[in-house]
Amino acid sequence: MLIKKPDGFKPSEITPEAVYLQRRAFIRGAGLGLGAMLLPGMGMAAIDANVPVRDITRYTGARQASTLVPDWLHKKVSQAQPSRHLAQEAVTPWDIVTTYNNYYEFGTDKGDPAENASDFRTDPWQVEIAGQAEITGSFNLEDILKPHDLEERIYRLRCVEAWSMVVPWIGFPLADLIKRFKPTSKAKYVRFETLFDPKQMPGQRSRFAALDYPYREGLRIDEAMNELAFVGVGLYGNAMPPQNGAPLRLVLPWKYGFKSIKSIVKIEFLERRPVSSWECSNPKEYGFYANVNPQVSHPRWSQASERRLPTSLFAPNRRPTLMFNGYGDEVAHLYAGMNLRNDY
Amino acid sequence: MTTRSASILKPLVFCASLMPVVYLLWQVYLTVSGQTNVLGADPAKTVVQFNGEWALRFMLLTLAVTPLRLLLGWVELARVRRMLGLFAFGYALTHFGTYLALILEFEFSELGAEILKRPFILVGFAALCCLVPLALTSNHLMMRLMKRRWRLLHQLVYPIAMLQIIHLFWLTRSDYAEPIAYSVVFALLMAYRFIRWRQRQSGMAQA
Repeated sequence: MLIKKPDGFKPSEITPEAVYLQRRAFIRGAGLGLGAMLLPGMGMAAIDANVPVRDITRYTGARQASTLVPDWLHKKVSQAQPSRHLAQEAVTPWDIVTTYNNYYEFGTDKGDPAENASDFRTDPWQVEIAGQAEITGSFNLEDILKPHDLEERIYRLRCVEAWSMVVPWIGFPLADLIKRFKPTSKAKYVRFETLFDPKQMPGQRSRFAALDYPYREGLRIDEAMNELAFVGVGLYGNAMPPQNGAPLRLVLPWKYGFKSIKSIVKIEFLERRPVSSWECSNPKEYGFYANVNPQVSHPRWSQASERRLPTSLFAPNRRPTLMFNGYGDEVAHLYAGMNLRNDY
Repeated sequence: MTTRSASILKPLVFCASLMPVVYLLWQVYLTVSGQTNVLGADPAKTVVQFNGEWALRFMLLTLAVTPLRLLLGWVELARVRRMLGLFAFGYALTHFGTYLALILEFEFSELGAEILKRPFILVGFAALCCLVPLALTSNHLMMRLMKRRWRLLHQLVYPIAMLQIIHLFWLTRSDYAEPIAYSVVFALLMAYRFIRWRQRQSGMAQA
């Protein structure tokens, strides 16, 4: 099959921070007569292309993350290489990427996960591989990651709540992971599951939670094998912070954020389509596919536009939402012939 | 003593009721001047939510005045009921105004579509609309002019509080603990009224 390859953006093509800040300040100054409305530590970040991925100074405002990360993982993450998937947009600052999170296992406010997950134990960590595959069983995280070279990808992240970010992830293609376990011809779908540990995850103790834990997500096997489907183990040159889904999570940039399941403990190959957690809790609002689609409105949020974080009080930083979050070249063929109004 | 405590009560409640908005303005000032603040990565949404929460809280406070007055025998409490009600309206109006200004950026064409398409916005908007006649007729003059009809009109306050709670339930995405807590308070306040109404009915029947 011939898949049109998009032109990769070189890191050097990303707007340098100084230029970006100047432009923003100018726009604000012109529009409102207020020049300095950026939040502290929330100025748009950028990536210094001349500094290698492993060097934290590559990222403006990034800090070393959790000390709970094992040495081998630190080392592995620090060897990550840039890839050709680098969105040509200013990345969302570290402070926001790591404090504005939807991770309901750790609380429902955006700031809760950063607070409640700070001592989340992700070492040791095991992942169970099950279902229609030749190789199944429980594997230590180290064995799951060992054969993979890590790379950096800068992806847009679009939340179903109509906000978006740009995040420099570190990880490896999901396809490479799946191939290792040799799924059989019966493996039509892949199902993922988050850790269930109410002792560590206060949200799982709530009696009034709308979600039935553990959190579950699913993909069609061809979606999972798509070149954009990514297993994230880090961001901003760091191992994954717990509030962002440590130690390993999916990153599916053409789908709404909730599809990118966090803190995965189980991967199962299935013949029949699994039901994902949000779909189960509210099938009218959340479909299985959950592809970013500006034409299909969600009952709570119009999906036609999005607010790119950080917003400021008087400038919501709104921009139109793109079909498949702008990744149509890579993924549109997966849905050829489907009516995406019905299969939302 | 009584008159003095009563004369202090009103300004005291007035100042206390202003606290949330003072706090909010302080945070907005911090944001605008680029200092550390609590509004976060999406300040507009935080501001809108903050006002909405206080609108509901003031609504429940208003509804708590009569039960507390009767239970505690604290007669002067009745003097702050109108003020609390007007604050409930004020925060609801600010909630809507900030939504309009900061989220929709005054795109009124979008407002119509949003209200029609998203039932939780419709419910909140209905609650706000119903509050308007109550606020307009909250003065003594209207009270005298409308006589019995004033009481009838102001009984709208119960369905309005219910609409506010439905609004909150509907927009809640994941954990219902908070809307349930508000509902319990509302249910208790209504239960008290119901019990008193029953007592009065049976009292009248005996007489």
